[in-house]
Amino acid sequence: MAAFNPTPKQLKAIKALVFILALLPFLRIAALVGMQVPVDPVEFITHGSGDWALYLLCATLAVTPLRRFTGWNWLVRLRRMLGLYTFFYAFLHFLAFLWFDHFFDLAAMWRDVLKRPFITVGFIAFVLLIPLAATSTQAMIKRLGRNWARLHKLIYAIAPLAILHYWWMKAGKHNFEQPIVWGCVVAVLLGLRVVWRWSRARQAASSSVGS
Amino acid sequence: MLIKRNPNGIDLPFSSEITPQAVYEGRRQFIARVAATAVAGSALWELANRQAFAQGTPAQRLAATRNAAFSTGETQTSFKDATHYNNFYEFGTDKSDPAENAHTLRTRQWTVQIDGEVKKPMTLDIDRLTKLAPLEERVYRLRCVEGWSMVIPWVGYSLSNLIRQVEPTGNAKYVEFISLADKSQMPGVTSRVLDWPYVEGLRMDEAMHPLALLTVGMYGQVLPNQNGAPVRIVVPWKYGFKSAKSIVRIRFLKDQPKTAWNGIAANEYGFYSNVNPNVDHPRWSQATERRIGEGGLFTPKRKTLMFNGYNEVASLYTGMDLKKFY
Repeated sequence: MAAFNPTPKQLKAIKALVFILALLPFLRIAALVGMQVPVDPVEFITHGSGDWALYLLCATLAVTPLRRFTGWNWLVRLRRMLGLYTFFYAFLHFLAFLWFDHFFDLAAMWRDVLKRPFITVGFIAFVLLIPLAATSTQAMIKRLGRNWARLHKLIYAIAPLAILHYWWMKAGKHNFEQPIVWGCVVAVLLGLRVVWRWSRARQAASSSVGS
Repeated sequence: MLIKRNPNGIDLPFSSEITPQAVYEGRRQFIARVAATAVAGSALWELANRQAFAQGTPAQRLAATRNAAFSTGETQTSFKDATHYNNFYEFGTDKSDPAENAHTLRTRQWTVQIDGEVKKPMTLDIDRLTKLAPLEERVYRLRCVEGWSMVIPWVGYSLSNLIRQVEPTGNAKYVEFISLADKSQMPGVTSRVLDWPYVEGLRMDEAMHPLALLTVGMYGQVLPNQNGAPVRIVVPWKYGFKSAKSIVRIRFLKDQPKTAWNGIAANEYGFYSNVNPNVDHPRWSQATERRIGEGGLFTPKRKTLMFNGYNEVASLYTGMDLKKFY
């Protein structure tokens, strides 16, 4: 595929476009709730934010495979924004739970987290996102050096936890269609990493044998 | 790299490199306008859709006398909310799906077959069924197992009126309600979320309780399709899923029927499923509920009442451990 390399100006425009696109779901939720369109606004916000946290998580994880398949290395320049948007929607999701489900009663929220496995795994996934968001600045990347990449491997744990959270939530209604679809997406995105790692290891082994 | 210094020692970009104010303001305006247009567009689209679904043929009115003894004075849920927020998986799993999809349901000619452990099995068409007993309006609380509630004025009569007509035998210990499951009218029946047809059931004494309502209407008109037209039951002291919709068959049985949700996940949906704030659903607490349409986002939840506030049914369960028989 012909490598497309945007000029800095084009990249800026692409970034602005992605920024707006990723913000639209939030604006849509806010506008519809503001106009009192959803019958159950709490459910609408909770489901909407949760769905979009998952979609953006998948988009973030798709950056590297897309880059490798297309040779569009500049895609990596979008990854931080996508990751931060994942955190943004996950935070909204958590906030809806804490606010509209528990009205900031932390003890009640904590009981809920401990008692119900689907909330436990969702909560863990959210907590694990916090250090990733907090270390997303250029300064933190420099400061952490090699540890930055190690820390951000947490995303490989977060994604399956998010799927498990979704799966167990939908299990209550025996409605697995969406969890299966997104479970497959995450499985492919993570599976590619496993395959790459495996082939790298094999290459390294064969080259060391040859030397 | 050649570094050019400003003669006064301060590093400033060349004026030619500064994006003119008009240009960057224009960009920002453009971005804001694109975003606003997209949001407004999607919101309007949603509104337009809802408007379209809300229209249709004018509903047939149903004359009924208010049964004040069996009616709550609480604020009624709006007709729009009660008809656009439904769990009726035969028409899709989203709560907005039934309002969108249920127009394909053909409620005439409709018959209900009544058989099993009865002396007089019969098949009644919907008109005869509707005229079997005087219609009453009853304003009931509806508590969904998901944790939300509504207040709905139903039109119907006590199910016991129908049960007496068919004369159950001594063997009849349970009543089973079977809903229509026709793929050609119900797009959701192709999904494997539930084993079709939808089956619900009650113990005989529960079914004979005067609160158990054979329902043909709501808000003074015939049932909208998405609410279980043309005939459903309403059992107000149990979670909503116990109240089967679009019923085509009523069977009287010796043994407890295998009901839809109970068959899928018995640990989550008991056969009795009485509204009970003390027995949690494994995935959420049942102690509180959100009353649909009441206040807004910041309105605190209501405390859920035992038997949904219908304490007159408590005697049906004396001596039963309701934590065990949830």
